[in-house]
Amino acid sequence: MMRFLLLFSRQGRLRLQKWFTPMTEREKKKIIRDMTTLVLARQPRSCNFIQWKDLKIIYKRYASLYFCLGVENQENELLALEVIHRYVELLDKYFGNVCELDIIFNFEKAYFILDEFLMGGEIQETSKQMVNRSIEASDMLQEDDSSEWYEVELFG
Amino acid sequence: MPAVSKGDGMRGLAVFISDIRNCKSKEAEIKRINKELANIRSKFKGDKALDGYSKKKYVCKLLFIFLLGHDIDFGHMEAVNLLSSNKYTEKQIGYLFISVLVNSNSELIRLINNAIKNDLSSRNPTFMCLALHCIANVGSREMAEAFASEIPRILVAGDTMDSVKQSAALCLLRLYKTSPDLVLMGEWTSRVVHLLNDQHMGVVTAAISLITCLSQKNPDEFKTCVSLAVSRLSRIVSSASTDLQDYTYYFVPAPWLSCKLLRLLQCYPPPEDGAVKGRLVECLETILNKAQEPPKSKKVQHSNAKNAILFEAIALIIHYDSEPNLLVRACNQLGQFLQHRETNLRYLALESMCTLASSEFSHEAVKTHIETVINALKTERDVSVRQRAADLLYAMCDRSNAKQIVAEMLSYLETVLKVAILAEKYAVDYSWYVDTILNLIRIAGDYVSEEVWYRVIQIVINRDDVQGYAAKTVFEALQAPACHENMVKVGGYILGEFGNLIAGDPRSSPLVQFNLLHSKFHLCSVPTRALLLSAYIKFINLFPETKATIQEVLRCDSQIRNSDVELQQRAVEYLKLSSIASTDVLATVLEEMPPFPERESSILAKLKKKKGPGAVSVTEMEDGKREGGELNGGGDRGPDSTPSPSADLLGIRSAAPVSAAPTSAGSLLVDVFSEAGPAASSAAVNDEGFLRFVCKNNGVLFENQLLQIGIKSEYRQNLGRMYLFYGNKTSVQFASFTTTVSCPGELCSQLNVQSKPVEPLVEGGAQIQQVLNIECLTDFSEAPLLNIKFRYGGALQNLTLKLPVTINKFFQPTEMASQDFFQRWKQLSQPQQEAQKIFKANNSMDTEVLKAKLLGLGMALLDNVDPNPENYVCAGVIQTKGQQVGCLLRLEPNAQAQMYRLTLRCSKDSVSRRLCELLAEQF
Repeated sequence: MMRFLLLFSRQGRLRLQKWFTPMTEREKKKIIRDMTTLVLARQPRSCNFIQWKDLKIIYKRYASLYFCLGVENQENELLALEVIHRYVELLDKYFGNVCELDIIFNFEKAYFILDEFLMGGEIQETSKQMVNRSIEASDMLQEDDSSEWYEVELFG
Repeated sequence: MPAVSKGDGMRGLAVFISDIRNCKSKEAEIKRINKELANIRSKFKGDKALDGYSKKKYVCKLLFIFLLGHDIDFGHMEAVNLLSSNKYTEKQIGYLFISVLVNSNSELIRLINNAIKNDLSSRNPTFMCLALHCIANVGSREMAEAFASEIPRILVAGDTMDSVKQSAALCLLRLYKTSPDLVLMGEWTSRVVHLLNDQHMGVVTAAISLITCLSQKNPDEFKTCVSLAVSRLSRIVSSASTDLQDYTYYFVPAPWLSCKLLRLLQCYPPPEDGAVKGRLVECLETILNKAQEPPKSKKVQHSNAKNAILFEAIALIIHYDSEPNLLVRACNQLGQFLQHRETNLRYLALESMCTLASSEFSHEAVKTHIETVINALKTERDVSVRQRAADLLYAMCDRSNAKQIVAEMLSYLETVLKVAILAEKYAVDYSWYVDTILNLIRIAGDYVSEEVWYRVIQIVINRDDVQGYAAKTVFEALQAPACHENMVKVGGYILGEFGNLIAGDPRSSPLVQFNLLHSKFHLCSVPTRALLLSAYIKFINLFPETKATIQEVLRCDSQIRNSDVELQQRAVEYLKLSSIASTDVLATVLEEMPPFPERESSILAKLKKKKGPGAVSVTEMEDGKREGGELNGGGDRGPDSTPSPSADLLGIRSAAPVSAAPTSAGSLLVDVFSEAGPAASSAAVNDEGFLRFVCKNNGVLFENQLLQIGIKSEYRQNLGRMYLFYGNKTSVQFASFTTTVSCPGELCSQLNVQSKPVEPLVEGGAQIQQVLNIECLTDFSEAPLLNIKFRYGGALQNLTLKLPVTINKFFQPTEMASQDFFQRWKQLSQPQQEAQKIFKANNSMDTEVLKAKLLGLGMALLDNVDPNPENYVCAGVIQTKGQQVGCLLRLEPNAQAQMYRLTLRCSKDSVSRRLCELLAEQF
C-alpha cells in the first residue's frame, strides 16, 4: 500500500500532504523534511526510485512541482509512477491546464480529487472518466443545493 | 469543465491565502495568521449563529493554517457540526477537516461516529462515500469498534452502488489493518471473494486489495480466489487494447488490476488444478510475448504500464520457481532491460534479477550477464542503480566467478570516498552522518583515507549537538575485539575531547574509556599511538581520577624510552606537564579544541585532486553542497534563510537557491507531458531578484549567507547609472573578489554597460561599491549578467546574476487627455503592436499598491481616461539612442476572479512583448 503522498515545490514548499496511515505531527514533519532534502538533491535523469528505510520512494517532477509517493516494499514502482501521473491528469482535467497556483488556492479541491482516486493507500478507481464523473457530480451539487439533489442520475 | 472560481468559490479564503503569500517575512505571516485566528475565534464565539457557508469558510481557513504547519486548537466542534449539514460542500469540508486534524483519541470521536452513522444509513451514495473515507482516513480503534461489523454488509449488499462498494472495500481493508480482531469476515468470505467476478472493473480493483490482504492472513479460507483471479487475468490479458474502455491506460488494458491479480496469486503456491495452471502459464507467456511486441505508443506511460505488468509477472514466475522455461525467458527479458536507456528499467531489472539469481533454474542464465552488471557498477551515474548492481553481483557470485567478482567489488570499494562525500552532501542530521562514516570505517576501514576521518572529527568538533552522540557511538564501536586503526584514531580523538559527555554512565566511566583505548594501543602504528598519547593527556585534564593510572603508563620504559622520537617526546612532555602544571594551567593548555574554521571539506579537496574515470565532477559536488549541505554553512537552507523583501510566503516567487533555475509556478504541470527533461539555465539564477526591480530602482538584489548585494540606480533619457554595493556578511575576508558585467548575445549591440574594476579584497563585515554606466542604444529584451567570483576560506564562490536593467527604465512619462489616449490607442492597432496577457493576481489587488507599482514603472498614470474607473491606463515614451518608442498600457483588474488582463500597445512590437512579459510578473 501507499503510505503517503507529498507535493512540494522546487524550493521545498509543501503544497499537499496525504498520509494513509496514522502518524504523529512530529513524524510527519520529519518525513517531509527528509523527503524534500532527499528528492530535491537528486540529479536530473536519475532513476525515479529511492530506497528509504523500509519504504520505496517514487518521485517525479511536473513543472515546478515534485510529486513524491512513499510505498511499501512489495509495491510496483512503475505503477506507482503512473499513480502520480494519473493524479496529475485528474488535476489537469479538473482545473484545465493545472499549475501550482491552482493547487495552492484550491487546496481543498486537490484533496477531494485525491480522495476520489485513492483511499486508505490503495487505488479506488483507475478510470479517469469515473473519477471525473463523481467530481463533476459533486460540483453540480454545490451549484444546486436543493435537498432533492440525489435524485439526479449521478453515477449512471 | 468547472473552472477554478466556479461553484462554491470561497472568496474570503482566496483573499486570505493571497495575503499569506504576500507576507514578506515569517513574522508577518505569523502576525497575519494570528489576526485571522482571533477573527475566527470571535466569530465562533459570537452571539450570532453562523450560517453554514461562513462556518465552512472558517473551518477551511483553519485547515489551511494547519497545513501551513501551525497548531490549531479550536474549530473541531464547528467542523463536527458541518458533518450534519445536508449541504454537500459543507459536509465535505467538515469531513476533510476531521480526516486531517482529528486524532484517534479525540473526545469528539463519539460525535463524529454519530454523524458517520447517520451518513452510512442515509442511503445517499455520496454521503456514504464521504463517511467511509473518513473512517479510512482516521482508522482508529474506536471507529473500528463502531463500524467493523456494518461495513462488510454494505460491501456485499445487492443494492449498494458500485462507488460505495469500492469505498467500503478499501475502508474495510484499512480497519482490518489497524484492528484485525474486529473485522470478522466469516459468513462474508465467499461473497467478498466473488467480487473478483464483479462486472464493474473499479469494484474489482478496489476489492482485490482487500482480498489480497485477507488472503495473506488466512490463505486457506480464501483459496478459492486463485481460480477466479486466473480467469479474470486471462480475460484481461487476452483482451484487445480497446475492449476495456476507460480501464485501458495508454493502450494497456487494466494495468492496475492486472498487477493486483498477479500479486494476489503470489500469496499462493502454483495452482494444483491442471486446467487453471495451464491457463495461468498461458497468461504469463502472453505477457512475456507482449514485451517483445513493438510499443503501441511512444509515451512513457505506455511502456511503464506494460512493464509494470511484466515485472509483476516475473515476480510471480520467480515466486513459483517451478517453470524452468519461464524462468529463463524472464531472465533474458531482464537482460535486455539491463542495457535499456531508461534508468528506471535498468534499476528494476537489476533488482529483479537479484531474486532470479537465487533460483537453481535461472542462476546460470543470470550469470551470463556478469559483464553488463560489472559495467553498471562502474559506469552508472546514479548511486542507487550502482547499489543494485553491487547487490546483484553479490547474489550471482559462486565458485566459478568469485575471483572476477571479488576483484570488481574491491575496486568498487574505492568509491568509499564517494560514499563519505555523499553522506556529507546529503546529511540531514549529524548523528546519521556520524553513524554512516563510522559504519564505513567498520566495514571498509582500509579504504577510508585520512581525509574521511579528519572530516568526521571536524564536523563533530564544530557541532556541539552531536558530540555526546559521537562519543557514545565511538565508544560502542571500540568494543569490537578487532577494530580498524582508523576507528581507533577517531575514537581516541573524540573520547579525548568529549569523553566527559558519557562519563556519567558507569559502563563508560573515565577509567573504562581509558582502558578500552589503551587496549588497542600496542597494535597500532606510530602515528596512531602518538594520537592516543595526546588523548591520554586530555583525559588527565578531563578526569583527574585517571591521572595516576595514565602517568604510570607514560612513565613506563616502552613510552619514555621509545625508539621513536615523536612518541618518546610526547611521553616525556605529557608526563612532565601533568606533574608540574597546576589544574588551571592544565585546563588552559588542554582546553577543548576550538571549532575548525569552516573551509572546504577535506574530502572534497581530495576528490578534486583525483581525476580518475568515474570521478564525480567537482562542480556537481559543490552544487550539491550548496543545495543540501548544511555542514559548511551551519545555517538554515533554502529560501527561509535569505528572506528577500518580496519573497512571498508560499514561496512561489521566493529567492531560488543559487544553483537552481526557478521554474515559474504558473507554468503548466502538463508541460512535462512532453518528454523533455528539465532544462536548467544557469543564467536565470535570480529571476526573482531581477523581477523585483522592474518597478523600483533601489533595494537588495541578492543575499545569501556570505554576501549581500544592494543596488541604487538612476536613469535619465537613454542613460543610467547603477551603484552596486557588495557587503561581506561574514567575519572572514573575501579574496580575489572580481566582478564582470557582460551583455550576452545581441544585447551587446543594444546596451552599453561600463564598469570599473573593484578592489580584490573585501574584509569581513565590509562593504564595497561599484558604479556602472549604462547607455541604451536600442530597445532590448535580455538582461546584462553580473558574474561575481571570490574566495571564501578555501572555496571558490561563483555567482551569476541578472542585472535589473530593463527597457522600462528608459521611460519618459507622457501626460495626455482621454481623447488623445484613445486616438493613439487606435493608431497602434496592428495586431503585432499589441501584446496581451491574462493572469492571476499574485499579490494584493489593493489600489494604492497597484498605483505605486505603475508609477515605479516609469510611465504616466492617467486619471479619468478609461470609462471603467477600476481600470488603469498609462502612457510613456522609451528613450533609446537610436529612436523613441511610444507605449500605452491598460490594466484591467477583476477582483472577483483575482485576475488581471494587461494590454500593451507600442510603436515597436518587440517592446510590447517585452513589457508585457516583465509586467505580468509584477501584480
